[in-house]
Amino acid sequence: MNIDLSEAAKAIDKYRDKKGALIPLLQEIQDIYGYVSSQAIGMIAHELNIYPVHIYGVLTFYTQFYLTPRGKHTIKVCQGTACHVMGGKELLDYLADKLGVEVGETTEDRNFSLERVACLGCCGIAPVIMVDEDFYGRCTIKDLDALLDKYTEDDSSGSLNGNVHNLHKKRNKPKSN
Amino acid sequence: MNNRILVCVGTSGVSAGAEKVAANFRSELEQRGLGDSWELVRTGDRGLFRDVLVDIITPELGRVTYEFVKPEDVAELCEKHIARGEAVERLKAGSDYEKFFAGQTRIALSNCGEIDPEDIEAYIALDGYAALKKALGMTQEQVIDEVKRSGLRGRGGAGFPTGLKWELTWKEKSDEKYMVCNADEGDPGAFMDRSILEGDPHSVLEGMAIAAYATGANHGYVYCRAEYPLAVKRLRKAITQATQKGYLGENILGSGFSLDIQVKEGAGAFVCGEETALMASIEGARGMPKPRPPYPSQSGLWGKPTTINNVETLANVRHIILRGAQWYASIGTEKSKGTKVFALAGKVKNTGLVEIPMGTTIRDLIFGPGGGMVNRRRKIKGIQIGGPSGGCLPESLLDTPIDYESITKTGAIMGSGGFVVMDTSTCMVDIARFFLSFTVAESCGKCVPCRVGLQRMLEVLEKITAGKGTAEDLEFLAKMGESVKDTALCGLGNTGPNPAITTMKYFADEYKAHIEEKRCPAHVCVDLVDFEVDEEKCTKCGLCFKACPTGAVQWKPKEFARIEMEKCIKCKACIAACNFDAIH
Ligand SMILES: Cc1cc2nc3c(=O)[nH]c(=O)nc-3n(C[C@H](O)[C@H](O)[C@H](O)COP(=O)(O)O)c2cc1C
Ligand code: FES
Repeated sequence: MNIDLSEAAKAIDKYRDKKGALIPLLQEIQDIYGYVSSQAIGMIAHELNIYPVHIYGVLTFYTQFYLTPRGKHTIKVCQGTACHVMGGKELLDYLADKLGVEVGETTEDRNFSLERVACLGCCGIAPVIMVDEDFYGRCTIKDLDALLDKYTEDDSSGSLNGNVHNLHKKRNKPKSN
Repeated sequence: MNNRILVCVGTSGVSAGAEKVAANFRSELEQRGLGDSWELVRTGDRGLFRDVLVDIITPELGRVTYEFVKPEDVAELCEKHIARGEAVERLKAGSDYEKFFAGQTRIALSNCGEIDPEDIEAYIALDGYAALKKALGMTQEQVIDEVKRSGLRGRGGAGFPTGLKWELTWKEKSDEKYMVCNADEGDPGAFMDRSILEGDPHSVLEGMAIAAYATGANHGYVYCRAEYPLAVKRLRKAITQATQKGYLGENILGSGFSLDIQVKEGAGAFVCGEETALMASIEGARGMPKPRPPYPSQSGLWGKPTTINNVETLANVRHIILRGAQWYASIGTEKSKGTKVFALAGKVKNTGLVEIPMGTTIRDLIFGPGGGMVNRRRKIKGIQIGGPSGGCLPESLLDTPIDYESITKTGAIMGSGGFVVMDTSTCMVDIARFFLSFTVAESCGKCVPCRVGLQRMLEVLEKITAGKGTAEDLEFLAKMGESVKDTALCGLGNTGPNPAITTMKYFADEYKAHIEEKRCPAHVCVDLVDFEVDEEKCTKCGLCFKACPTGAVQWKPKEFARIEMEKCIKCKACIAACNFDAIH
């Protein structure tokens, strides 16, 4: 694969003389390309005069970095404590099975990447999944099918930004006593 | 301006549609020509999960709080409350809301949900940066002494006395020192640090500035968890504003003291919350812990003396300086002063962030702010405190006061504030397995006890939850747990066995049921569930039928449900949906 590395070169220049710059540099390169390619790693190693193995060491240590391109949509299933107690693991298992991928992998058609995350900070609407930037709270297995269909058919759904879909239909204001 | 509308737009508010609610208020106000006489304030989360919380404050009605506000409710609120001055009873926050806040003492969270976190003026109006001003007029020793006498201890987990930590760094002679704020919040059920950063970032910066002054540091870092983009954004904005106002940067408030603060984003590794790993990560390396000593106060970031404090710890500092050590020390117990924030989650009615005085009992937390159990048919089984480093405590220990000493005595730890309430539908063996799988996944692999020992423990727990456990397994878990605790390099391994050890100690019956009877009393462990409908308990309500994604549940009105095993994928959606424990 041929990748245009000019943006990566600019990023390297920006961090060249900074202390402790490797991680922010890799973060920036990943922001640009969606992952960190072996070509980019070679370039950083050469430019900053460090061993590629050192860069790989950092990349593989942190879960945030990807060495392969990602799917169009990223599904993050919360595996925090509250979501676990409310059935988050079942959601993840179901999705993995349905998409035919393991956690961390991308479907063959590159439409979905499946990930786990520890607590999205909205335990009150557990279990929670996040597709791209959208949260789906009080999610049930039945909701997942519809959700996958939606993101498979509808090209625009990926652009919803930070929207929330409370999947629990009956959750109106509960009666206080 | 006297007329104000507050809308909570922190992550949990946003996750329930708060942005839309705020936008609707904005357009309603403009349509009504009220844009100038009403102030719309977008605040951080207040801590209670009530979807979107809205406060309308007027001289006539005072402060009225509404909960579960939906975008489509805004028109009614404007028509009735704003135009006619009548509260909308239908949406008013009920007694649970009052109960939630009644049992709290809010210090670290005092501004969260009250002010616009992106507006430094709102912070200054509530005595913001007054503590920094006061501290700069004191000597370094005086500041340290004040914090020491307040009894403040680190809220990041270990509970080390904060004043003493500052003194150690202060005593070191060095051309350069660093101040680091630990905002890596890794406990998978705690989010108080995020709420503080999102709801009141200046309080953390002010705490850092005071600590940096006291210890003699001129450079600061906030190491923030990668999954907290909103917190990072608000921190950066707050730093810019504070620098413009002269509260950060060169020669702060003419005192001659200078401090710059940078935000470093983490890259997704729980162990980076450990202080030595965190500093390795800031330096750009793999975040692996190092043996201590040397402690960070002697040799920390880039080998220089470094103070590292947790977000919540730092958010308390300004209150201590302003109101005095004596005031702070009057709250809490003899050895644990002040308050602690907990992320209350699980099977309680009110879930969210609560700040309670140290010494409050577990029971009072659950049945006070927590509002009791969410499902009255199910009994409380126990609680989990302290996340993956903590432990599970049974109902018989509910009267334990929440302070460092009492909690440690039970075998759990105070931790950073995860607090999960569990009822009879939770399996304790599964919980132990859950936390251990988390710790194993996050182990950095540097030391053998943690890398291999915890992995072995997890395998055994998986065996037990699969119904293949033997009596020797329990012995093995206990022995291995103790050796990992004693020999691991860092806190991750030292505390990793806690969930397994405490559940074995307090919930031995459940282990026995799994091992001897091959039965999971809570019907959680899939391999031990038969997916049979108990016709004595089934009320023929059909909820399981509606929940089943594969059509395996057969049901017609007025008939018992039945499960066809060929279609069943064992997802347990039916068990989760059943209110009567009728599926085993
Ligand atoms: C595995 C591990 C994870 C930790 N995670 C955090 C964390 O997420 N946030 C935090 O403030 N402290 C965390 N700590 C504690 C820090 O090492 C350190 O004690 C703390 O930041 C000191 O601040 P304090 O004295 O204000 O509590 C962790 C410790 C260990 C061993
Ligand atoms: S545990 Fe899932 S949002 Fe907190």
